Amino acid sequence: MKPCAYHQPVQIPDAAKLLTSIEDSKLLAGGMTLIPTLKQRLANPPALVDLSRLGSLKGISGDGATITIGAMTPHAVVAASKLVQAKIPGLAALASMIGDPAVRSRGTIGGSVANNDPAADYPAGVLGLGATIITSMREIAADEFFLGLFETALEAGEIITAIRFPVPLRAGYAKFKAPASRYALVGVFVAKFADGVRVAVTGAGPGVFRVPPMEAALSLNFDPSAIAAIKIDTDGLTSDIHAEADYRAHLVTVMAKRAGDAALV
Amino acid sequence: MGNVIGIGAAPKRKEDQRFLTGRGNYVSDIKRPGMTAGVFVRSPHGHAILRGIDKAAALASPGVIAVLTGDDVKADGLGSLPCGWGISDAKGVPMKEPPFPMLAQGKVRFVGDMVAFVVAETPEQANAGAELLNIDYEVLPSVIGVLEAVRPNAPQLFDDVPDNICCDWELGDKAAVESAFRRAAHVARLSLVNNRLIGNPMEPRAAIAEYEPGTDRFTLWTTSQFPHVVRFLMGALVLNIPQHKLRVVAPDVGGGFGVKQFHYGEEAVITWAAKRVKRPVKWVASRSEGYVSDRHGRDHVTEAELALDENGRFLAFRVNTLANMGGYLSTFGPNIPTNLYGPLLGGVYTTPAIYCNVKVVFTNTVPVDAYRGAGRPEATFVLERIVDVAAAEMGIDRVEIRRRNMIPKEAYPYQTPVLVQYDSGDPMGCLDGALEAADVKGFGVRKAASAGKGKFRGLGYSTYVEACGLAPSRFAGRLGARGGLYESATVRVHPTGQVTVMIGTHNHGQGHETTFAQIVSDKLGVAFENVDIVFGDTDRVQFGMGTYGSRSLVVGGAALSKATDKVIAKGKKIASHLLEAAEADIQFESGKFSVAGTDRMKTFEEIAGAAYVPHDYPLEVLEPGLEEQAYYDPVNFTYPGGCHIAEVEVDPETGTVTLVNYTAVDDVGTVINPMIVEGQLHGGIVQGVGQALFENAVYDEGSGQLLSGSLMDYCVPRADHMPMMKVATHATLCTHTPMGVKGCGEVGTIGSPAAVINAVVDALSHLGVTHVDMPATPNRIWRLLQNASLPVAAE
Repeated sequence: MKPCAYHQPVQIPDAAKLLTSIEDSKLLAGGMTLIPTLKQRLANPPALVDLSRLGSLKGISGDGATITIGAMTPHAVVAASKLVQAKIPGLAALASMIGDPAVRSRGTIGGSVANNDPAADYPAGVLGLGATIITSMREIAADEFFLGLFETALEAGEIITAIRFPVPLRAGYAKFKAPASRYALVGVFVAKFADGVRVAVTGAGPGVFRVPPMEAALSLNFDPSAIAAIKIDTDGLTSDIHAEADYRAHLVTVMAKRAGDAALV
Repeated sequence: MGNVIGIGAAPKRKEDQRFLTGRGNYVSDIKRPGMTAGVFVRSPHGHAILRGIDKAAALASPGVIAVLTGDDVKADGLGSLPCGWGISDAKGVPMKEPPFPMLAQGKVRFVGDMVAFVVAETPEQANAGAELLNIDYEVLPSVIGVLEAVRPNAPQLFDDVPDNICCDWELGDKAAVESAFRRAAHVARLSLVNNRLIGNPMEPRAAIAEYEPGTDRFTLWTTSQFPHVVRFLMGALVLNIPQHKLRVVAPDVGGGFGVKQFHYGEEAVITWAAKRVKRPVKWVASRSEGYVSDRHGRDHVTEAELALDENGRFLAFRVNTLANMGGYLSTFGPNIPTNLYGPLLGGVYTTPAIYCNVKVVFTNTVPVDAYRGAGRPEATFVLERIVDVAAAEMGIDRVEIRRRNMIPKEAYPYQTPVLVQYDSGDPMGCLDGALEAADVKGFGVRKAASAGKGKFRGLGYSTYVEACGLAPSRFAGRLGARGGLYESATVRVHPTGQVTVMIGTHNHGQGHETTFAQIVSDKLGVAFENVDIVFGDTDRVQFGMGTYGSRSLVVGGAALSKATDKVIAKGKKIASHLLEAAEADIQFESGKFSVAGTDRMKTFEEIAGAAYVPHDYPLEVLEPGLEEQAYYDPVNFTYPGGCHIAEVEVDPETGTVTLVNYTAVDDVGTVINPMIVEGQLHGGIVQGVGQALFENAVYDEGSGQLLSGSLMDYCVPRADHMPMMKVATHATLCTHTPMGVKGCGEVGTIGSPAAVINAVVDALSHLGVTHVDMPATPNRIWRLLQNASLPVAAE
């Protein structure tokens, strides 16, 4: 990697100030994407602002109706959390499927959501559960947060501090792993709330998206076999050396059904 | 005092102590005083004219010491990277052999082709300097696939290689094959692709070179499987360094699989650069760099036809293959899809007539060379697939058609119509053993259980033979080898009776330090712990051809066995003198020289002592000392083989293939260390399964970009892809190697791809599927099911 300055603030405002005052500086959370990018010399930020000393960004809490996960909480902690397992087992399962043990120990929910990789798992969970992204400046609904390929609603100098998840009646996640990377070739998160069902898909396109026809069918009757016949339009889906768009479209249906099955367990 | 641990025992591996405790000594661990860092600047284009390189900004960059390019290579009058094999076409016309400059001159021919070398004080500074190099490329269209490369208007890599064809090679009796096809009751036909693979050894390649002006000597530390060959090729043919002025060291090396058995341009550039900058230079490849520069493997497109009589007996086999060589000829490149492919097309069958044509083709890709198995997995795949196709078309059971055509055990030695003569084997015995071990009888029940879960289950066979331990030098010379193929070993007995072996093979994961020590321990009766194996250093080891082609035990072990016999023979002479008995009456057993029929004896240690303190010694007729050397040139290839049975389950919803059972019964001849053999079989099978189900090097046709250029996009097999394997050996002894050994390093990789794909096809055969190309990825299987002749929903 190319040399750069390294800062380790202990207060959120200090971190935000560094981020805005040093042009092109980058936040470092778990570093699971940023560090490889730096090592390959594909990015050359003048400074890294490491969030690991911001203690207030770690930890999981619940109030019965919601679970709030600090942005710097590693995936392994979410996967192993008794609270998450009890209230939103589908989310704990999702966290347990990310990467490998090393990635799960270092990678954080805030980093994953802020990066918005089109094949990352968390965006499906966040959008599927209709979570709220809490930042240093405001609260953003998941439906307004993810703006496509690596794009989010975050403004310059804005730092994710936590994600607040409403506790659903049931939820499940099914992931078809890309054979090499083990990112989601297609991952589908299904969540049932009193007022309806949300279905969010990652991996299939340039960004996480919802599937209204499946949501409508499952809201009417939460029977996963009911969506087996719902086909996804291949327009806008990703085609690459691992999977063609029509195969991804087919997998969305299969994985949605399996996510529904997982929610019923 | 330790124990003798001999042939057939399974001690834990000696070398693992240092590997597992972090005390290995790899090239990247080595630091030399005043060491500089080098980075290679590689072509980002698949095919381009190199208009010019402006070094000024790079040279002005902090810490940069030198920038070397193809023009500097030319100015210094250095040679081209040599090809170790020169093959010819049917008329005897030699292959086209365009130069392979160590740094590109005039043109680049693949993404990764080396254009410049930047030397700086630190790796960071070298990288920064490299980014400032201003290179003027005129980009040309790339050609990637062999079918495209031989089309009339394809981009031409070399002006003097029409249609990009390096050699139009053939083997076998074409007329006899044509005649047999006219008589055939049935002809099975199959078109297939053998997918391009990338070796991915755990340790990326690396090198350090140093020049000592005081002695005018060069030292190169390199991640090589054959340091003596690098010394010869690089010293004598590229850099014009006399052999006695060049030391090549390959210390601990973290895996090779063939990727490290070539002389690479990086080695030559670094050694040359070390003298120019008058300081040691170090280069360590990144994984990404390895993807575009480590030689790739396989990459064939093949049309095969098998002629059968009305009883399903093979009458003739005809194979036409296009083999990808990449952008240049690598060290063994043209030998792999020809001499290591055509002669294996007989398999374990009595097919009387075989003809094989291979067009060896240049493309804008990384040069293709040997990768574990090298030619033999490709041959086995073609043959074992078409046998299944023929069986299905003729309505004959797949095992039965194999039995009808198999060479019976009594028929060995067996001369095939494609050059090779198998000395020994029992394919039927391996088949019977595997059928039993795999519980083939119970398959129907397992298939029904899978069907109950909505899954398709399939069983696949591969009864195969391969050729190891390449081969008599005289024979290889006729095939086009430009070097010898023997091996050497020196057994140095110390005055105290401990033993150091210097051997020309190279251990990079195979367990040689253990296996070879067992041979010595067994034969000399010395304790296992009192035998050390030295390899990988041209200053310490007399000579050697290195480790590849499953040759280390077969050829190197044979040299070691012979050298050990010489030690015993000399020991008997010393004992005869000390025991005052006729030499013919001296017996050597369990570390003791004794006079037959008496209790008079001398221990091995006493004899060693006498040899080095020759006070009471026949100095008139015998030299002091106890050190013997042997060179062994094989009298034939060895022919390991066996039967592999794969069992898969296919999820029709997603197209995912899961390998659920794997059984291998292999004939590797005498087994020295069963644990190590089992490990070699496991590793080989996993790599073959990788080819069958996961691995694929994919290029973009127009631009020549490698799309599968990282572990994120190139799927190597992982532990959770594998079931627990059942592996057993069924030995017939090799008749011509000293210990009856046949080699085991590649058998797993050779037997397994066909077994796995045959199982996948079997699982889908009820849908009309007759062939699946590798890798059988979920997308590919799903696509086949979409196009299948019967609806999936019918299950």
